[in-house]
Amino acid sequence: MVQSIILSGVAVGCVYALIAIAYNVMFSASRVFSFTAGTLGMLGGVLGSLFILRMGLPVSVGFVLALAGGAVFGIITEIVAVRPVLKSLDQHLYVLSTLALALMVQQFTAIEWSTEPQPFPRLFDIARIDFDQQFWLPMLACAVSIVGLELLYRHTLIGYAFLAISEDNYAARALGLPERGLRMASFAIAGAIGALAGFAGGEMLLAFFANAPMLTFYGFVPVALGGMGNNRGAVVAGLLLGLFQQAANFLVGGIFASVAVFTVFIVVLLARPDGLAGASLRRRV
Amino acid sequence: MDTQVTQPLSPPRADVPVASASIASALLPFAALLVVGLAFPLFGGGYWGVIATRACVYWVLVSGLNLVVGFAGQIAIGWVALLTLGAYTTSVLVAGNVMPAWPPYLALAASAVVGAVFGLIIGLPALRLRTFYFAITTLGFATIVTQVALAWQSVTGGGVGVPGPIFPPPFSSQWGFYYFCFGLAAICTWMTANIAASRFGRALAAIRDAEVAAEASGISKPALLVTVFLFAGAAAAVAGGLFASLQSYITPDAFTIDLSILFFIAILIGGRSSIIGPLLGTILLTVLPEFAAPLVAWSTFLYAVLLLVIVLVIPGGIAEMLDFKNRRPLESDRAIVPRPELVARLFGAASGAGALTLQQVALSFGGVKAIDGLDLEIRPGQVHGLIGPNGSGKTTTLNVISGYYAPQRGEVRLNGAALPEAALHLRAEKRIARTFQTPRIVGSASVLENVMIGGTIDGQATFVESLLSLPRHWRDEARLREAAMLALSTVGLERLAQVRADRLQHSELRFTEIARALMLRPAFLLLDEPAAGLSVDEIARLGALIIAISRAGTGVLLVEHHPDLIFDICHHVTVLNLGKTLAAGTPADIRSHREVVNAYLGG
Repeated sequence: MVQSIILSGVAVGCVYALIAIAYNVMFSASRVFSFTAGTLGMLGGVLGSLFILRMGLPVSVGFVLALAGGAVFGIITEIVAVRPVLKSLDQHLYVLSTLALALMVQQFTAIEWSTEPQPFPRLFDIARIDFDQQFWLPMLACAVSIVGLELLYRHTLIGYAFLAISEDNYAARALGLPERGLRMASFAIAGAIGALAGFAGGEMLLAFFANAPMLTFYGFVPVALGGMGNNRGAVVAGLLLGLFQQAANFLVGGIFASVAVFTVFIVVLLARPDGLAGASLRRRV
Repeated sequence: MDTQVTQPLSPPRADVPVASASIASALLPFAALLVVGLAFPLFGGGYWGVIATRACVYWVLVSGLNLVVGFAGQIAIGWVALLTLGAYTTSVLVAGNVMPAWPPYLALAASAVVGAVFGLIIGLPALRLRTFYFAITTLGFATIVTQVALAWQSVTGGGVGVPGPIFPPPFSSQWGFYYFCFGLAAICTWMTANIAASRFGRALAAIRDAEVAAEASGISKPALLVTVFLFAGAAAAVAGGLFASLQSYITPDAFTIDLSILFFIAILIGGRSSIIGPLLGTILLTVLPEFAAPLVAWSTFLYAVLLLVIVLVIPGGIAEMLDFKNRRPLESDRAIVPRPELVARLFGAASGAGALTLQQVALSFGGVKAIDGLDLEIRPGQVHGLIGPNGSGKTTTLNVISGYYAPQRGEVRLNGAALPEAALHLRAEKRIARTFQTPRIVGSASVLENVMIGGTIDGQATFVESLLSLPRHWRDEARLREAAMLALSTVGLERLAQVRADRLQHSELRFTEIARALMLRPAFLLLDEPAAGLSVDEIARLGALIIAISRAGTGVLLVEHHPDLIFDICHHVTVLNLGKTLAAGTPADIRSHREVVNAYLGG
């Protein structure tokens, strides 16, 4: 039992961590938290199932198309729900615009796809073992994303540009960086990462429209606890969340597990509003 | 000059009929809705009766939530949690699942209490968390409450549900129950409209749009939000009890997040700081799906589209579209002509305060020493100028005095007693007022209302007294209104009293802020670059006004860049450089101070 708690806990934790990273990538580029983060994960699962099971495309093609779908939705989010409200960031209109977009996609999926969870294909045709692909795929996806992002941010010129934008937007623009283009690229990357989370975790989470609000919430917990914009903190907090949730699941049952997760989340946040690792100086005057 | 002093306050008086006319026109839609609502059973069919009752029930919830979302600007998305809670509390108590059955009214009252407590619990994170965090936690609550209702089978009946309460005659028939809900909805409208028109309503809007200014005016955000969350929670739970009765049977399925979104959107469509807007929004959203039966499956999708459109296209909502009064163009060349002679009248009998002193105050941000061992004394009745190059610590000094930052070393003393550190909202009761480098104004409120915010701490009526429109509430309002008109006349803006503040020019906003600060009858007034962006004429008039304020006994700290203004009106000038005093003395001393001339004024 301990083994299965750890396996499923780490696997689910990796999905949460990936959604948290999607939150962070969007946040770094725009100072905006988007309610669409969980929707991206949901889309990864639904698009994967759509392309591979319903349309019968090869797994590799389905994979690429699902990620591309996530990236496109990321860009749409930037254009429709983020860019128009960036001017008035202090009014927090982005909370509402991204919520509206997330709800639209979620409802559209419920009606046009299915209101019931649909199966997600097994990606590799190999026999089931204890350390099954449904567990190691999310872990692999998480590891690849983190290494990829680290390489991008620390070792490429465009990565430096992303960092510059997130550190100091005005200065970056004054240097002539194409802020809008970089922001759209960030949202595309976040979209692909979010879709990857849903795709890699598809066998566990299935292709289900209600994964969107679920992932929006559980994906945000690591962001809040790990400190916003902090990817490493997000991964650690994501893994802890997954383990805690699965352990509570086994010990006290599903519903009280979510009550437990929520209670811990609120209590920790109230004690440390800037996350477990974070400390920030807010300036208002 | 003398003729003006003897003249009574004619401009403000002339304004009174305008105000009462606008009150009458504001009441018109409410009166129309009241008549339609009362007469509804005469021309509504059976099913429409259900819809009308549902609109009333929703409004009971939305009216309370409106204070949280529309006024205080807290993005509480998951308020359906409280509807659920109220519905189950009432139903379970009446059904007698846990203890002997309660009478329905008592159960409804009990659920109001439970709702108030949980409204507070759900709302409290707003005091500490960022906007998005708070939005997520309210959504989390909504999910959790439904899950608990599903799991706690012995009490809630789980997925099978419980029957809703039935209210005894005369409220048992369809129209009887309708009138019961309509009556409660009308009471909620009346109560929230009272709050909206009170110092509490203005303070909520100030927290939303100009939080720092609100605190500087002595408004305690935690205390006010706690009150509002209690009220909104109780209203939502009462709505839940009515909802359960209307549904006649409740299961967790009935309380979807879609419902929460509906409530939320009703407020946004309606517009901020409005009662009639969200009321119309609620009616619209309750009725709309009935006209589009084939679209019922798509209703949440359409709500979401609506939400996006509102946010992007009409952030002001219905209320702004109905605000014809503020469409009339303003005069294009208006001059601000303050009447400094009115300051004495505004202040009344000045209380003699001691001096405000800073001793060896130091504060650094990271490695940057913003102020580094600063001594300063501001005496009553004097204007103290604080000048220095950018980054020399002027605004930081002001922020330490007004309690925004706690100094790391040294202390701020008033009349010999140390002032509490880092407690912005405690400065107002010490009669320390301030203005801001960038005016902090509630754009959607009128200029008069903005100025009245400054007098919030002088109100005596409690929240409940204002809610019920008791006599002290009226006395407060009359007194604040009169003082605010006087303050506006003093700064020369009385003709713009009824105009929305976001239509004003920059210089007018600066004078509005001064009027708001004067509402405190400040013993000390801290002005942060009040002349920035003003014309030469306006600066001269500002100077005369500041002198008049100091003559009334107020100690003024003037942070400025305009040397002329400083040297004309200050009794004492301190020059800062890199957080330290470079020179201090009379304007004449400073003008001839070699280092200052070299470093700052230019030879």
